[in-house]
Amino acid sequence: MENLLEVRDLKTYFYTQDGVVKSVDGVSFSVRRGETFGLVGESGCGKSQTCRSVLRLIKKPGKIVGGQVLYRGRDLVKMKARELRKIRGKEISIIFQEPMTSLNPVLKIRKQIYESFEGLNLSKQEKNDRAVELLKLVGIPMPETRLDEYIHQFSGGMRQRAMIAIALGSNPKLLIADEPTTALDVTIQDQIMKLLNRLKQELDMSVILVTHDLGVVAQMCDRVAVMYAGMVMEMTDTVTLFAKPRHPYTYALMSSLPDQSKRGSRLEPILGSPPDLGNLPQGCPFAPRCKFCRDICKKELPPLVEVEPGHMSRCHLKKDETNFSGIISVPDARGRKY
Amino acid sequence: MNRLNYIIKRILQIIPVLLVVSILIFLMLRFIPGDPARLVLGEKATNAEVAAMHEKLGLNKSLLEQYWIYLKGILTLNLGDSLKYQRPVIDLLRERTGVTLLLTLVSTLFSLIVSFPLGYFAGMHKDRLGDHVIRTTALAAIAMPSFWVGLLLMIVFGLWFRVLPVGGWGATLPDQLKCLILPGITQSLMTSALLIRNIRNSVVEINLLDYVDFARSKGIPEGEVKNNHILRNAMISTVTLLSMRMAYMLGGSVIIETVFSLPGIGALTTEAIFSRDYSLVQTLVFLFALLVLIINLLTDILYSFLDPRVEF
Amino acid sequence: MFKSKIKERRLTKRPAWLRNLSFLTGAVIVLFAVVVALFPQLFTSHDPLEVNALAVLQGPSGAHLFGTDNYGRDVFSRVVWGTRIDLLLGVLGTVIPFVVGCILGLLSGYFSGVLDNILMRVIDILMAFPFIVLVIAIMTVLGQGMINVYIALWVVGWISYAKLVRGDVLVLKNAEYIQAVKIAGFKNSRILLRHLLPNVINAAVVFATSDIVLNMLTGASLSFIGLGIQPPTPEWGAIMNEGRGYINIAWWITLFPGLVMAVTGIGFSLLGDGLADFLRTKGR
Repeated sequence: MENLLEVRDLKTYFYTQDGVVKSVDGVSFSVRRGETFGLVGESGCGKSQTCRSVLRLIKKPGKIVGGQVLYRGRDLVKMKARELRKIRGKEISIIFQEPMTSLNPVLKIRKQIYESFEGLNLSKQEKNDRAVELLKLVGIPMPETRLDEYIHQFSGGMRQRAMIAIALGSNPKLLIADEPTTALDVTIQDQIMKLLNRLKQELDMSVILVTHDLGVVAQMCDRVAVMYAGMVMEMTDTVTLFAKPRHPYTYALMSSLPDQSKRGSRLEPILGSPPDLGNLPQGCPFAPRCKFCRDICKKELPPLVEVEPGHMSRCHLKKDETNFSGIISVPDARGRKY
Repeated sequence: MNRLNYIIKRILQIIPVLLVVSILIFLMLRFIPGDPARLVLGEKATNAEVAAMHEKLGLNKSLLEQYWIYLKGILTLNLGDSLKYQRPVIDLLRERTGVTLLLTLVSTLFSLIVSFPLGYFAGMHKDRLGDHVIRTTALAAIAMPSFWVGLLLMIVFGLWFRVLPVGGWGATLPDQLKCLILPGITQSLMTSALLIRNIRNSVVEINLLDYVDFARSKGIPEGEVKNNHILRNAMISTVTLLSMRMAYMLGGSVIIETVFSLPGIGALTTEAIFSRDYSLVQTLVFLFALLVLIINLLTDILYSFLDPRVEF
Repeated sequence: MFKSKIKERRLTKRPAWLRNLSFLTGAVIVLFAVVVALFPQLFTSHDPLEVNALAVLQGPSGAHLFGTDNYGRDVFSRVVWGTRIDLLLGVLGTVIPFVVGCILGLLSGYFSGVLDNILMRVIDILMAFPFIVLVIAIMTVLGQGMINVYIALWVVGWISYAKLVRGDVLVLKNAEYIQAVKIAGFKNSRILLRHLLPNVINAAVVFATSDIVLNMLTGASLSFIGLGIQPPTPEWGAIMNEGRGYINIAWWITLFPGLVMAVTGIGFSLLGDGLADFLRTKGR
């Protein structure tokens, strides 16, 4: 399948007073046409910054210091701002975690949605019709009246829907959803995920879905990259990831989830806390928390290697030492609930 | 309709404040030690003259009656004659209020023109050289006495280059505006500095919010991001500060008009104080309070347009 | 791909050395001003009030650094002696409102109710006057003179502190840790002094440093228009008022006091900026 987006060795560093924080440190992955690609990891592992780097929306004092982001073969990192504007919104859109702070509080939704028609050359009437249509598409009732309201008049779920509608304004080919449901309560989360899945199919988009929730990954994604400390630890298709995880971190994440088939048994938390990205230890960043840690893990950073065709993992352990399969089972790994 | 109710409510709220203000001013000037009539007439005045002056000023009446007369005067704009100018006070105010209002408006305009670009630039280039230069300059501007700056500007532009009038007032509007350039710059200096700080900090804060990135992610030109998203929101906190500064600058006219010999109500206040025309002082102070309350009212109304989150 | 050290440096937040530099500059200026205010005789060779008919309106020279005025007085000596008066205007004009305003703000924010209501109405009324007009009105009632300048500044100055502290207290008193000590049965006085005050005082202290500059300027402005401190007292505003009539022929009488005043003001502002930075980082 054709690669829509290819991220190669992306590095985004933050130059703070306390030193350089390597939020994204050599991340590579690709997103194929029509697929949902998951980026999963604990908070602070660099998944959001990876997404923002794709559209060059890094806040100061952060900076993309290396790598490429190839969209249909063109490098967005090196692209001129004027060119990049033609990609933003029209080819790639992004939605953020917190809909309250991601929409301008003093502009009507109408104005904010019209802005996303930039470059479409629509007449006033066409803009209005399209805006109504978009709000309908994302399931906002009474779109004509809601268009002239402000974001504080919307509920949390409606805000996220409005943001999605705005992001879809110019028919993007790729939608980046940066933890779109984290700020919402569970039932609304469910609705938004279903909506994203429906839109993806109806509009023939690819989606990058950032989440810390493996359950969401299981139900939404075709392929997944597991991130830790600004690096990709493991990357493969969803089925394989859940059936045969090869990285101890992935395994640890899964063990910390509740599991229907093992009711009554204890959950296993990952001990310790995510590392300080400004001050990473030598060797594998996960080593201090890893149950399978060896001497070499503390000295050398393992490379990301293809352990099986299409299955990448960054670990010193050999294949037979990482046979976690069977230990865990995740309910309906590809059973599209949404 | 909601907004109209809100505006009416705000106007009604002003009335009790004005009433208390009038009482306060009335009582304040009664606390001036010594007999006001004697203060006006001087030490050599005869008792008969003093008695006549008492009659004229209404000082032989009870305090309550005096207040009532004073209040009625304000309400009917029947403010009596100025002792110093021997003219109806209302005529004086009519001639001079415009000058002060114009000065305040020109100063406000100058501050806005200067502070928005500079504040925005500093905020967008936080902690870079430009930011440091702008912030340090603003810091210095706040520390300089306005009357001193006024005098320096007079020397440089009025006496050395002879391009602008050093004081006084023109006959036509263009002339008058020319006369307001130096006073306006002087008056706006501190306000600009404070506004720059405020705008800079707002811009820095707003830049951290995701809606700016979300706007950029739509691919709209940076100019639209700046105007519709960053500045539009920075304006909200700025408007409040601006109204406070306008009130301050209105009062600052007392000093600036003295420096530049402008015939406004600020200079009139000092003149009235020095010539002990206390009934004129009383009226002027009331007028200042009235103008401040009007500025605040207009600000609140403007604010309700700028920030849709305001609840009426 | 790898940026040079210099490039990285530019991206860092406000560098520590710069922050320290501005704070240090401010501290040095203020300290120097305080020393001058305390021991003006150490810095001057002339009596600030000494009239010399033979040396009228002389420009700056070795003998008279800032020149002489229309009475032949040494402007430099007058400016140096004026430091004491103006610095005191700034500091004393700030300290009393600071204390009063903080106390009123704390109490009214914490207890709300009648006290808060009255306080807010009083503030509404006082805020209806432009700052300088109110100060001048009070001066008119009290008459000219140094002590009256102070009183006028005090009557008006506390408002900002009361508003600032009250606002912070209103937010803080609903914070969990304050609720917790309340439930634990701590006395109000203890909650106010030990738990609320330390958290709201920083903002007031930072504001006070800028208020010192403002009060100094206001005091000088009053003297400049002839309502405040009267000549021949060597107060900066009063000196500039005297120099105003001779500005065409003797600019030095006006230029130098204002310059000294601006530098002093900048000193306090820098100090305040540094203090704010310090308190912010400490708070985190």
